[in-house]
Amino acid sequence: MNQREKEEYLREYSILKSQGKPFFPYAVAKDGLMGCLVIAIIIALSIVLGAELGPKANAATTTYTPRPEWYFFFLFELLRVIKPPNFVGLATIGVPTLAMILLFLLPFYDRGPERHPLRRPVATLTGIFVICAMAYLTYLGANAGPPTENDIPAPAAVLAQGKPAVSEFYLGRSVVAQSGCEACHLIGSNGNNGPGPELTKIGDRIPPQAIARTLVNPTEPMPSYGGSGGLPAKQFSAVVAFLSDLK
Amino acid sequence: MPKLPAVPIPPRFLPQPPPPGTQRGRPRTPLEKGAEAGKSAVDWIDERTSLSGGVRWALFRKVPKGTNWFYTLGSATMIAFLNQAVTGVFLAMYYRPDAGGGAYESVRYITNDVFLGQFVRGMHKWGSSVMVILVFLHMGRTFFFGAYKYPRELNWVIGVVLLILTMTMSFTGYLLPFDQRSYWATIVGVNINGTGPLLGPYLSDFLRGGPEFSATTLSRFYSIHMLLVPGAIAAMIGAHLYLVAKLGTTAPPWLRAKPEPELVEEQL
Repeated sequence: MNQREKEEYLREYSILKSQGKPFFPYAVAKDGLMGCLVIAIIIALSIVLGAELGPKANAATTTYTPRPEWYFFFLFELLRVIKPPNFVGLATIGVPTLAMILLFLLPFYDRGPERHPLRRPVATLTGIFVICAMAYLTYLGANAGPPTENDIPAPAAVLAQGKPAVSEFYLGRSVVAQSGCEACHLIGSNGNNGPGPELTKIGDRIPPQAIARTLVNPTEPMPSYGGSGGLPAKQFSAVVAFLSDLK
Repeated sequence: MPKLPAVPIPPRFLPQPPPPGTQRGRPRTPLEKGAEAGKSAVDWIDERTSLSGGVRWALFRKVPKGTNWFYTLGSATMIAFLNQAVTGVFLAMYYRPDAGGGAYESVRYITNDVFLGQFVRGMHKWGSSVMVILVFLHMGRTFFFGAYKYPRELNWVIGVVLLILTMTMSFTGYLLPFDQRSYWATIVGVNINGTGPLLGPYLSDFLRGGPEFSATTLSRFYSIHMLLVPGAIAAMIGAHLYLVAKLGTTAPPWLRAKPEPELVEEQL
């Protein structure tokens, strides 16, 4: 907006304003009615849906799937949508930070004098696109299944070792799926990428003994799966076998 | 720079002359005495504060014609914030930010034993959802109506700060019940912060109060949720409202001003 457009706007606005009604009581009455409606909705939600309290926080449990409040789903979903490990930082902080900066600076790069939504097609379409994207990501987040399934087939090397090795592989697979590992680790196309490292080819990278050591003495915040409070010995060795077979 | 004229008092609020036929010297009725007392109390305050000018400026400013229900979303958001403040005060009377055993028990006590406890906690919990929705709706109205443009750029920036503060409130408040859901979601949330560039790890350490999730984390979240952010939100709402009163409510973008009829030149 140049100086002429600014003055034109102020002149136009002062005429519109002088022809309006005083804030009190006209606008106040409308605002008050809307405020009553908001409080009524909150009271209704509280009575109908209540406030549930889950089981007490327990740092030692391994089967719990973290879920944020629903209005953070779209941020959480960005993690799943942007999968390659190199871009995780981009999804978690890069995209939201960029969106925040763009939001902050909106009046400084959109300086056109036009205010009608139909005469600002780029801004209006961008706004609608952003709303649809957030709604879609929220929908995805609301419908995301808990990461307790794993459909990785036994690799040929395991199949060649015969029946006991295959059944140990599948036992390990189901223990991994049920223990909540995939809440933080990506295994093939299962689970979440992050905060833990991807495990798709973990057997290539570290030997079985190292995997077992990590399960007993993990890096925080991963809980320990070994020792007296951990998995039974049979399940534990199955998990180690399963993970070291991932090549 | 053109200046808007001073705000006049609407006629109905002006002092009325006594109706014709009433005598000056007659004894006053109790009602009139009460009104006199109220007036003199207001005068006493006004003599010492000069508030009346500001109140008149804020209340009797004109709002352009054609403002519709979309224009109530901002005040609705503020009502939702006030709901959070009031219910939050009552929850804080019972809540103990003690991770070692106390936080969860106090929330369970609020939910199960305190009179209307679950109702107030429900209002606080669902009020946060309602407030987030209203913040976004209010922002959508401002965006699509082009209301962030000159001269209201600064008010848009303050609004975005309020949006971020609201999201911070949701994030920090989510941990406080200290059940499984809140604990694990917060661990992941803080870790996600940690993957950020440059400041990420420092922000995570600050939120956790150290490299690991500990008892300090809960009291830190509690303090941020109870003291730091609500204070900042209240101050920002004050600035936001001051600018709204100063710059005026926007007119709907499809409205064009018609000049006063006596100023229109007669078309021959």
